[in-house]
Amino acid sequence: MSLDKSDVEKIAHLARLAIDESTIPDYARDLNNILTLVEQMSAVNTDAVSPMAHPLDAHQRLREDVVSETDQRELFQSIAPKTDAGVYLVPQVIE
Amino acid sequence: MHNKTLSELSALLHNGDITSVELTQHFLNRIKTHNGNLNAFISVTEESALAQAAAADKQFADKTAGKLTGIPMAHKDIFCTKGVRTSCASKMLDKFVAPYNATVVEKIAASGMVMLGKTNMDEFAMGSSNETSFYGPVKNPWDTDRVPGGSSGGSAAAIAARLAPAATGTDTGGSIRQPSSLCNLTGLKPTYGRVSRYGMIAFASSLDQAGPMAANAEDAALLLNVMSGFDERDSTSVERDVPDYTANLNDSLQGLRIGLPKEYFGEGLAPEVAEIIDVAIKEFEKLGATVKEISLPNTSLAIPTYYVVAPAECSSNLSRMDGVRFGHRCDDPKDLLDLYQRSRGEGFGDEVKRRIMIGTYALSAGYYDAYYLKAQKCRRLISDDFQQAFEEVDVIMGPTAPTTAFKLGDKTDDPVAMYLADIYTINTNLAGLPGMSIPAGFANGLPAGLQIIGNYFDEARLLNVAHQYQQVTNWHKQIPTAFQ
Repeated sequence: MSLDKSDVEKIAHLARLAIDESTIPDYARDLNNILTLVEQMSAVNTDAVSPMAHPLDAHQRLREDVVSETDQRELFQSIAPKTDAGVYLVPQVIE
Repeated sequence: MHNKTLSELSALLHNGDITSVELTQHFLNRIKTHNGNLNAFISVTEESALAQAAAADKQFADKTAGKLTGIPMAHKDIFCTKGVRTSCASKMLDKFVAPYNATVVEKIAASGMVMLGKTNMDEFAMGSSNETSFYGPVKNPWDTDRVPGGSSGGSAAAIAARLAPAATGTDTGGSIRQPSSLCNLTGLKPTYGRVSRYGMIAFASSLDQAGPMAANAEDAALLLNVMSGFDERDSTSVERDVPDYTANLNDSLQGLRIGLPKEYFGEGLAPEVAEIIDVAIKEFEKLGATVKEISLPNTSLAIPTYYVVAPAECSSNLSRMDGVRFGHRCDDPKDLLDLYQRSRGEGFGDEVKRRIMIGTYALSAGYYDAYYLKAQKCRRLISDDFQQAFEEVDVIMGPTAPTTAFKLGDKTDDPVAMYLADIYTINTNLAGLPGMSIPAGFANGLPAGLQIIGNYFDEARLLNVAHQYQQVTNWHKQIPTAFQ
């Protein structure tokens, strides 16, 4: 499996990353090298192995359904790139 | 003053031989003198450091001071610090002032320690040389043409040059241990879940773990005492009591069973590092330990597995950097897609983009089983190898890194070559085990570390083993000439 220019463009789009046209060959080379490294996993048969999601096989804890966070909208919006009247602003999405 | 251990500094402060303000000013002065050359700090928080030091001095006057009160330290710039820029060494967060504190930051502040500033690192902790930082590379104090290792390279260089007595680091694939090895430090990556990840900017959530970096094992134990513990705000935090990690430092190593994995001593290990490790192991035999060869047969799977798990998790974690709520936003976006794509394209560096793309690909429709699920299965095999080994031995030892510090720029053109710098550290993260690196000797003037790996929650034993070695060796006391 080898990624070509259009694969890299598709992945960059899925990842919402603008990448410079001129750098695509470099990304393609590097990503292919990394995937070649990753392919070494196929050297072992893992059919009977159960996947490991957490080193200690911990379970999600439950907590009481009570309010634990306070309203800090002004503080959080003070570091936002663009806000107005308590809302985050982005370019218009609905005509 | 800057060559003293945390315990020695604590005694000086408690005896009134020095004030915290004087001690803090001493380290701030050292940072002013040397940071221009080393680039170990991204932000120096002089004003708040002196205020914290003054508050500490008041505690000494009130007799309410604790063991670490008034002692300066530094935080890796991955930990959120309220009111202080938290950049993760990325252009994306260059102007990000965290609105809250990480639990680790809260705990260390509660101990009375003084934060000198935020240390440089690889961007979003992705790197093994500290060369991916938006703020430029950190230089290794042992040879400023060389890298300090990464990703906690700023913390490592700061301690090695004694610009701070101790610092925090994080370790996803070796990011505490490998720079500790390259800079002659004692660094410990605890068991996954031991230290809270709340407020620690996430790279790969199932691997990330914070830990102490210090000049010696006792200092690391003191810092780990403060950092550890259950945190309900981290869903992967483990509910388990924190022992006093200094309590067993003086235990004898008589009868300690050490395993040497044969896979750690094969091709790729520099002969001069192998020799240093051999000599270190003999020292443990003199201390009464027994040594046997063991096998971790799936070691070669570690790097391939890691480069699926870590990028997959990073692609998910870093999706929150979207230019909407915080972080970098591009100029004049023409629509929402353009805003996302250009903000992220401009905000992230090359290595971060590579890893996001690998992760995005591995998680994309049709590839999940072949990559992420396969990697999780390989992870189980790697973990099982360790559990089998721990039936026969108490600790596992080997080199921390395959070489001493390499030259700046040596591996920046070849990501895969860079990844191999973590060949001996990554499998510990995949298994979630604690591991540490301690100074073990020098080759051509460059330090090399011995890695000690323990079973789950065996941090106290690792620190005991390290401390006993440091009672009979003085590698950990070596400081680069220019910074004495």
